[in-house]
Amino acid sequence: MSDITKQSLTELVENIKNKKLSSTDVTKAFIDRSEKSEELNAYITNDFTSALDKAKKFDQKPNLNLKLPGIPMAVKDLFCTKDIKTTAGSKILNNFVPTYESTVTENIWNEGAILLGKLNCDEFAMGSSNETSFFGNVQSPIDKNLVPGGSSGGSASAVAGQLTPVTIGTDTGGSIRQPASFTGIVGLKPTYGSCSRYGIVAFASSLDQAGPMAQNVKDCALLHEVISSYDSKDSTSIDFKRNHYSKELTNNIKGKKIGIPKEYRVDGMPKEIEDLWQKGIQYVKDCGAETIDISLPNTSYALPTYYIVAPAEASSNLARYDGVKYGFRAKGENLIDMYEKTRSEGFGAEVQRRIMIGTYVLSSGYYDAYYLKAQKVRKLIKNDFDEAYKKVDAILTPSTPSSAFKIGEKTNDPVSMYLNDIFTVPVNLAGLPGISIPAGHDSKGYPLGLQIIGKAFDEQNILNIAYAMEEKINFKNKITDWWIK
Amino acid sequence: MSKKNSEYLINRKDNQYEVVIGLEVHAQVLSESKLFSTSATKFGAEPNTQVSLVDAAFPGMLPVINEFCVKQAIKTGIGLNAKINKRSVFDRKNYFYADLPQGYQISQFKDPIVGEGKVILDMPNGQKEVGIERLHLEQDAGKSIHDLDPQNTFVDLNRSGVALMEIVSKPDLRSPDEVNAYIKKLRSIMRYLGTCDGNMQEGSLRADVNVSVRPKGSKEFGTRCEIKNVNSIKFMQLAIEYEANRQVDLIEEGKTIDQETRLFDTKKNETRSMRSKEDAHDYRYFPDPDLLPLEVSEKFIEELKNDIPELPDDKKKRFIEEFKLSPYEANILVSDIDTAKYFEEVVAKMGKNKDIKLAVNWITGELFAVLNSKALEISQSPVSAKNFAILINLIKNGTISGKIAKTVFELMIDGDIDPQKIVEEKGLKQQSDPKALEALIDKIINDNREKAIEYKQGKEKLFGFFVGQAMKASGGKANPQLINEILKKKL
Repeated sequence: MSDITKQSLTELVENIKNKKLSSTDVTKAFIDRSEKSEELNAYITNDFTSALDKAKKFDQKPNLNLKLPGIPMAVKDLFCTKDIKTTAGSKILNNFVPTYESTVTENIWNEGAILLGKLNCDEFAMGSSNETSFFGNVQSPIDKNLVPGGSSGGSASAVAGQLTPVTIGTDTGGSIRQPASFTGIVGLKPTYGSCSRYGIVAFASSLDQAGPMAQNVKDCALLHEVISSYDSKDSTSIDFKRNHYSKELTNNIKGKKIGIPKEYRVDGMPKEIEDLWQKGIQYVKDCGAETIDISLPNTSYALPTYYIVAPAEASSNLARYDGVKYGFRAKGENLIDMYEKTRSEGFGAEVQRRIMIGTYVLSSGYYDAYYLKAQKVRKLIKNDFDEAYKKVDAILTPSTPSSAFKIGEKTNDPVSMYLNDIFTVPVNLAGLPGISIPAGHDSKGYPLGLQIIGKAFDEQNILNIAYAMEEKINFKNKITDWWIK
Repeated sequence: MSKKNSEYLINRKDNQYEVVIGLEVHAQVLSESKLFSTSATKFGAEPNTQVSLVDAAFPGMLPVINEFCVKQAIKTGIGLNAKINKRSVFDRKNYFYADLPQGYQISQFKDPIVGEGKVILDMPNGQKEVGIERLHLEQDAGKSIHDLDPQNTFVDLNRSGVALMEIVSKPDLRSPDEVNAYIKKLRSIMRYLGTCDGNMQEGSLRADVNVSVRPKGSKEFGTRCEIKNVNSIKFMQLAIEYEANRQVDLIEEGKTIDQETRLFDTKKNETRSMRSKEDAHDYRYFPDPDLLPLEVSEKFIEELKNDIPELPDDKKKRFIEEFKLSPYEANILVSDIDTAKYFEEVVAKMGKNKDIKLAVNWITGELFAVLNSKALEISQSPVSAKNFAILINLIKNGTISGKIAKTVFELMIDGDIDPQKIVEEKGLKQQSDPKALEALIDKIINDNREKAIEYKQGKEKLFGFFVGQAMKASGGKANPQLINEILKKKL
C-alpha cells in the first residue's frame, strides 16, 4: 500500500483494528518514507530497526483494544526515552541516554504505539525556526530552504512530510502552534497542568506543556486523550476530570460565543493575515457560532514579559548541565574552568543569550525591576483572559503574524525572531489551552494558521470549534515531496 | 535577675566590648526519605547508594514535596513557640558547585514555613529568652571529597536532597556559654519532638555563627562576620572567642571590620577569611516553578499540635510542682528526653510509698557515674528503670542501707539483676530487728565497759565509736537509725 503514509492516524488505527493493515505494514511505510526524507533533517536519532521488531511483535499478538494499536510514532527529542539517546537538540546532551521514560511518552507506548525515533528541535526548545539545533536546521516539507518553525520544527516537518502519522511537541511560547501553522498541520498546546512534565527536558517550567501535533483535529483529539493524565511525579500536574476528547468531538458549535480581541491587530501585520482572520470569523459564523469583539488590554506586554520569565527559569533549569554528572564535558584546569569551557562549548549562541538574559533579570538589584514586575504583568494578562471569558467561550486569533520565512532570514535579528511568538505567548503566560489549525495559504502558497484559545481545562470546546471550522475551511496542504529524489 | 556577675565582656585597656551572636542552625529533619525524593537518608551508607534521579538532577526530573518533612518542620515550629505560616514558598538558590547537582538548592527565602518564635535558656543567673527569626526547609547538598586522589575530587550525593531545617536566631546571644545553652536547648526540644536526632558527629546539627562586637552599652550593632558550618558546640565557642577578640583588636587598632564569610580552622583554633562581601554569591533567588506554594490548613496544624508531646519547659515546671524538685534538679532531668523518660518510669515503678528525692539523687549520682564511666547513653542503661525503682524502694523501706545499696547497685549492673534477688542471695538485708540489735549492742557495751563509762562521764565523742563497732559487728547491715536509738537508750 503506497498511500499508507498519507492516511490519518484515525484511518490507520481503524485499518489496523480491521486487520486491513498490520503494524508492520504501517511501520515499514513510515520508515521507508523517513529514510527517503533525510534532506528534511527531521530526525536526530532514529530507532527504525527496533521499531520494526516491535511492530512484528505487536502483529504476533495484537492488542486491538488499545487506542494506538501498533502505530509508529516519532517524538520531539525533548522527551526522555528509556535507552534511547535524548539530546534536546544540544551538544551538551549529545551523548545522553536516559534510563527512564517521560510520563507523556509512557502514556503513548502504553496505548500500543511504537517509537520511530527522536525528532529535531531548537536547542532546549529555544527558537522559532529550528535553526538553533546543534544537529542542524530542519527543512520544511512546504518548500526548500523554508523554516518549519520552532521549536518543534522536526515534529512539524515530520507530520507535514508524512514521516510519522502524528507526533508530540512541547510548547513554551508557541513551539507547537507556530510550527503547526508554518507547515499546515494542527497543533494543540494544552492547559498548563494537563500533561505531565515529568521526563521532559525543562526549558521554562511554569510555561512548558507537551501537546499533540497532527494532520487533522480528530487525530489531535485522539492523541491528546492519550497523553493527558494526572501525574503525582509532577507537582504542577492538575487532577481534573479529563474528557474522551476524540469520542466527544463534535462539529456542533451552535450558539458558542467566540471573542475577537482587537489587540491582536498589530502594526505591520500583513494584509493576508488580516484577511485570513476575517475568513476565520466568517467560518465560525457559518458554523452557527457568534463572534464578539473583546479586549485583552495587556497583550502588548506579553512578549517582553515572556522574554523575562522564560529566560529566568531557563537560566536556572539549565544550570544542571555543568559537565559533572552526565552529558558533554570539556577539559578544564580546575572546576570553574571546566564549567566555563563545558558550557561555552556545549551550549549554542541562542541558549547562551537566554541564560545571560535570565541570569541578569534575576540578579540582585534587577530582580524587582524585571522578574517581579514581569510576574505582576503576567497576572494582569491572565486577568484579561478571565475577564474576556465572562463574555465568550473561546477566542479566535491568527496563530502567527506572518507565514514561514526562509532559513537564515532572521538568524541575525533575534527580536524579529521573537516577534513570531506574539500571538502564542500570552496563552502560555495565562496557562490556557490553544490550538492552531491550518486555515489558508498566503500568496506564496505557504500555509497560514488560526488559533483558538480556550478557557482552562476546556480543551474539548476548542477542539470542537477547530473540528467545525476544519470542515468549512477544507484545507489541503500542498506537499510536493520536493526533497524526495 | 542580675546578669552583672557573669557578663561576658572583652576588655582592652579602658574599653569593654560586648559580643553579639546570632546562629543559623542547620538541623537535619528526622525522616526516612529526602525532602523532594524517595531516596533513603541513612547515615554512613556506601557513597552514592542513596541517590535518585531527582537527587542527581537528571534532565526532566521534578521535585515532589515529602509531606512528612513538612510535618516535622511545623512540629519544630510549634516547639519553638513560633508562628506557623499557612502559606510558604520554595525558592531556588542558584550557585554552581560540583556537589550541587541541580545548580541550585531548593530553599525558602521570602516566605518560610515558620516565622518568629522564642526559646528560653536556663542560665546560672536566671532565665534568658532568645528570639527565633524563622525556620525554613531546604535541601542539603552532596559531599565533595578532595583527599582521596591527588588529581580528582570525588562527589558523594547521598546527602544531596536530604531535608534540613534552618533555624535562624535573632542576634540575642551574648556569650559562648549562652551559645552552648542555646544549642543544647534546641537539640533538646527537637529530640523531644522527634524531628531531629541532634547528632553533631554525624552532621545532623551544625551552625553558621554570626559574630559582631560593640562597645559595652552601645545600642548599635557592629559589623558582623559569619563563620560557616561549625559542627560542634566546643568549636562554636572557640570560634566565637577567637573571632570576637580579632574584631576587638581591629577596632582598638583603629581599623574597620570587613563584613565577610569566615571559616574556623579547628587545628589552629582561629577563623580565616573565606570570601568578602564583594565576592559574595548573588544567589538569584526566585520561586521554584516546579513546586506550587506550600499551603497548610488550620486543621492540619491543629492536628500536629495535638501530636506534640510535653516539651522540656513544661516538663520542668511539672517536675518542680509535682515532685517538689529544685529547678536545678528538674533541669538536669528534663534536658535530655531519655533521662526524663527514665526518671518518669522510675517514679511510676516505685509505686505509692516513693521517695522521689532519693531517686533523683541516685539517678544524677550513681547512675550518671556508671553511664559516664562506660560511655553509655541513658537509653542504653545497664540497669532498667524497673530494677532501679526496686532498689530505691529497698532503701526507702529500710531493707538495705544507702551504703549497702551502693554494693547492690554495683552487682545489678552486670545483667540488670533484680536487687531483691541480690539482697537475698548475698544476705545483705539490713538488720532492723530491735531485739537482735539490742543483743548485739549489749555485747559491745559489755566488751567496752571502760569506754561506756567515759561516755557517760561526758566524753560524747565516743558515741561514734560505739556506732562504728555495732556496724562492724553486723557486717554493715545494721540499720544505722536503730543502732543510734538503741545506743542512746543503753549508754
